[in-house]
Amino acid sequence: MAPIPKEEHILATTSACPGCSSSLSLRYILKASGPDTVLVIPASCTSVIQGMYPHTAVQVPVYNIAFAAAASCASGMSAALRRAGRGTRVIVYAGDGGTVDIGLQALSGALERETDFLYICFDNEAYGNTGMQRSGSTPLGALTTTTPAGKVHPKKEIDRIVEAHHPPYQATAVSAFPVDLYRKVEKALTFRGPSFIHLLGPCPTGWRFPHGKTIEVGRMAVKTGAWILWERVHGVLAVSAPSKGPLKNPVPLQDYLGMQGRFRGIPPSLVERLQGEIDLRRAEVLREAGEA
Amino acid sequence: MTKKRERLAVSRPKKGASGKTGGWRTFRPVIDPEQCNKCGLCSLYCPEGVISEDLEIDLDFCKGCGICAEECPKKAIRMEREER
Repeated sequence: MAPIPKEEHILATTSACPGCSSSLSLRYILKASGPDTVLVIPASCTSVIQGMYPHTAVQVPVYNIAFAAAASCASGMSAALRRAGRGTRVIVYAGDGGTVDIGLQALSGALERETDFLYICFDNEAYGNTGMQRSGSTPLGALTTTTPAGKVHPKKEIDRIVEAHHPPYQATAVSAFPVDLYRKVEKALTFRGPSFIHLLGPCPTGWRFPHGKTIEVGRMAVKTGAWILWERVHGVLAVSAPSKGPLKNPVPLQDYLGMQGRFRGIPPSLVERLQGEIDLRRAEVLREAGEA
Repeated sequence: MTKKRERLAVSRPKKGASGKTGGWRTFRPVIDPEQCNKCGLCSLYCPEGVISEDLEIDLDFCKGCGICAEECPKKAIRMEREER
């Protein structure tokens, strides 16, 4: 495998919070896609952290657009570029609110039209940019500013929704495994047609843990099975290396929840339901990968 | 043409587009060269990409998050309180 390029496409620095997963992930996403890339970014933390007008930290063209319009904008952009005979990569980098809630119908449309693009859902499990309100992607039990007693609804399964559109390539990633993320972006871009990466981004500010623990929290999400790394190529699922062990022998969920302030003091009944959800996901992935 | 362009809200890439974010720091990472084995994991995990190939930290921009110190397998990075 080719080594990861040393060249950075993000200049020092973004205005992200210290220890931000999004800054870290963007570094590797752009390393994988290279300079001939256009980023389409709907309202999200990333539309804020680029830098202050008239300057930006991002060295590739970025198109900032309204919440609901990212995937449809990318569709038009990709169609125009291909028509002009250009292979420029079109990447939508949207938050979880911009994907699972507000941007969902545009995403569904773009997937259905087989737009040649990569859609990355950066999932920090709440509306981080506006101050951590719950989103459809917030997990059961998590405290947010709009669920002060813990969220009582389970996390929306965006991967299942995307899967129903049969994109050629689909994967999950987490910022704690940047090399895995890099390889997945690189691979996604080799497919003609839509690809989708669901990227978990531990958020020190919103999830309430110390800045320095961003990587450890992400790693613990994988170890407990709360987040499973896999990729699905033309409908065939394969579990990624870091998740292979934890899928069979996960560490106790409390090790992950205990690191974060957003799960502090939530009722045991919610923790139990969350555990049930996670066990169900694990069993599904094992079954689909043919390992159970 | 130039005039027309200026009327569009276009940001151009520039180092320090968010200012010198080093001023945000409460703790400063200090590498102990005796213990460091140059594995480069700090540079891999640095969210801002301010740790160079030679493992020098750009303190003008380092926000002091402390991921490097947490992830260093040799515990060769210490976080020292900034004095100002």
